[in-house]
Amino acid sequence: MSEQVLNVAPPGAWRRGSTGIGAWLRRQEVSAPRLRGLGLRRFATPLGILILWQAASSSGVLPARAVPPPLAVVAAARDLLLSGALIHHLSVSLLRVAAGLAIAIAAGASLALAAGLSRLGEDLIDPPLQMARTLPFLALVPLFILWFGIGETPKVALVALGATFPIYLNLFAGIRGADPKLVEVAATLGLSRAGLIRHVVLPAALPHFLTGLRYAIGIAWLSLVVGEQINADSGIGYLMMDARDFLRTDIIMVGLAVYALLGLASDQAVRALERKALAWRPAARVGR
Amino acid sequence: MAAGRPGRALTMDGSWDAGAARIGPVAQPAPDTKVRGLVRRFGPTAVLDGLDIDIPAGRFVALLGRSGSGKTTLLRTLAGLDTAEQGEVILPPKRAVVFQEPRLMPWKRVWENVALGLPDHDARDRAELALREVELAHRMDAWPLTLSGGEAQRAGLARALVRDPDLLLLDEPFAALDALTRLRMQALVTALWKRHGMAALLVTHDVDEALLLADHAVVLQRGQIGLQLPIDLPRPRRHGTPAFAVLRGELLGSLGLSAEEAA
Ligand SMILES: Nc1ncnc2c1ncn2[C@@H]1O[C@H](COP(=O)(O)OP(=O)(O)OP(=O)(O)O)[C@@H](O)[C@H]1O
Ligand SMILES: [Mg+2]
Repeated sequence: MSEQVLNVAPPGAWRRGSTGIGAWLRRQEVSAPRLRGLGLRRFATPLGILILWQAASSSGVLPARAVPPPLAVVAAARDLLLSGALIHHLSVSLLRVAAGLAIAIAAGASLALAAGLSRLGEDLIDPPLQMARTLPFLALVPLFILWFGIGETPKVALVALGATFPIYLNLFAGIRGADPKLVEVAATLGLSRAGLIRHVVLPAALPHFLTGLRYAIGIAWLSLVVGEQINADSGIGYLMMDARDFLRTDIIMVGLAVYALLGLASDQAVRALERKALAWRPAARVGR
Repeated sequence: MAAGRPGRALTMDGSWDAGAARIGPVAQPAPDTKVRGLVRRFGPTAVLDGLDIDIPAGRFVALLGRSGSGKTTLLRTLAGLDTAEQGEVILPPKRAVVFQEPRLMPWKRVWENVALGLPDHDARDRAELALREVELAHRMDAWPLTLSGGEAQRAGLARALVRDPDLLLLDEPFAALDALTRLRMQALVTALWKRHGMAALLVTHDVDEALLLADHAVVLQRGQIGLQLPIDLPRPRRHGTPAFAVLRGELLGSLGLSAEEAA
């Protein structure tokens, strides 16, 4: 074993070799500025794949029933837009995620504040939440349908439940992770407990909260996908399930693309929020 | 979560604002700092072992001692951040601390850091005045993480000054700075101390720094003050005068070093 390692990497080889950390670092140095200058290059591969895909479909290599050609997906999207169906289902889905996230933020933040700011709160709140978070919450769908029926409630509840955990866990860790040295400073400045929380503990926890929010949004869309594929009569997920019944793979692809764009857009929104709320961080570290 | 909860202290109260009112009646606006029989243990060893020290109002005292001798522990006790097991401490009500690292809140602009804990109505004006005193007014709206090391330490100094303390506690505030910046900071602290007339306790490893700044140098040894050296040199002080060299040799000797070793 040790012989093998020696063979692969004699002392200093990583600096010269074309593989390994040294080469990787050198590549980073060289390619980073060029990538920034030619941002378009990053779109080359996806575009190439699309062109190949269209060619494969047109030539009959890819059966249209299994994978529709990109142009057919675009056509389906245009039809859905013109008929107003896409906007309708999209707004229903957006509303569900917004409601679920709002509940998750309120619940996750309150629980994290209560647990993070008092030992009693921690002892009462943290153990059940730590236990509950190990449960794959999507497995609760049958129970939710029994409890809440098949209306909006189970779908919003599923989003809310899934998104609460990352908010709670990150904010709680952020509150508890406040730098004790700064806490000491607050004491020497004569800050009250409320002042300490307001000026030191909460600002220190904000980056963690925003990280939690980003995870929460990802989970919210995931929960929505699951929630909308069961007993729904509207929403992007319903649109896709309905299309399945009619073998309309092009519409399913439109649904996938919409989900992807929504995920991307909400991630960008949180990044923008981070840039604004965490303006005090040196520029290079924002959004990492 | 606040530092300094009441512990097993006999006459000490760890909490910050209890101050002299709790420990002893305040006769004048700025009473002398008096410590008697202070004991602080970490595990079986007593870091401070019946320590006595006086810091008269308006006096500048430099505290020296080997690494691990308990200098920071003593300073933290005076700052109300650490609770001693035993002993008596009389403190002026208004104290301020400058730490070795600047310890600024990175999410507050420089002036907001300086103004933190002040009453709101004139906080910004007072912060600006204090920042002007440390020659940092032009950076008052900057984020702390964009300051240089020396600038950040001056902001920390302004944050202490703006509280108009009777006792200024400095724990190796210049240790992390380059030699040139350190000289400028020493001059700045001397000027501020003269202008404001507060008592100061400066923890330092640097014998020359103690001799340039302080009225008294005290050396912490085996948990007590081993040497008390009045520094009667005229100000402004300079390195290398014969009187300076004599005091320097004496201080180095009590730290277990000869002048040749230190040079
Ligand atoms: N919270 C603590 N728990 C346990 N031991 C501690 C604690 N704080 C300090 N000590 C110990 O007490 C002794 C004195 O520490 P202190 O920080 O006061 O030394 P110092 O004189 O400031 O040293 P330096 O010059 O290196 O800063 C050290 O041996 C240290 O390890
Ligand atoms: Mg120390």
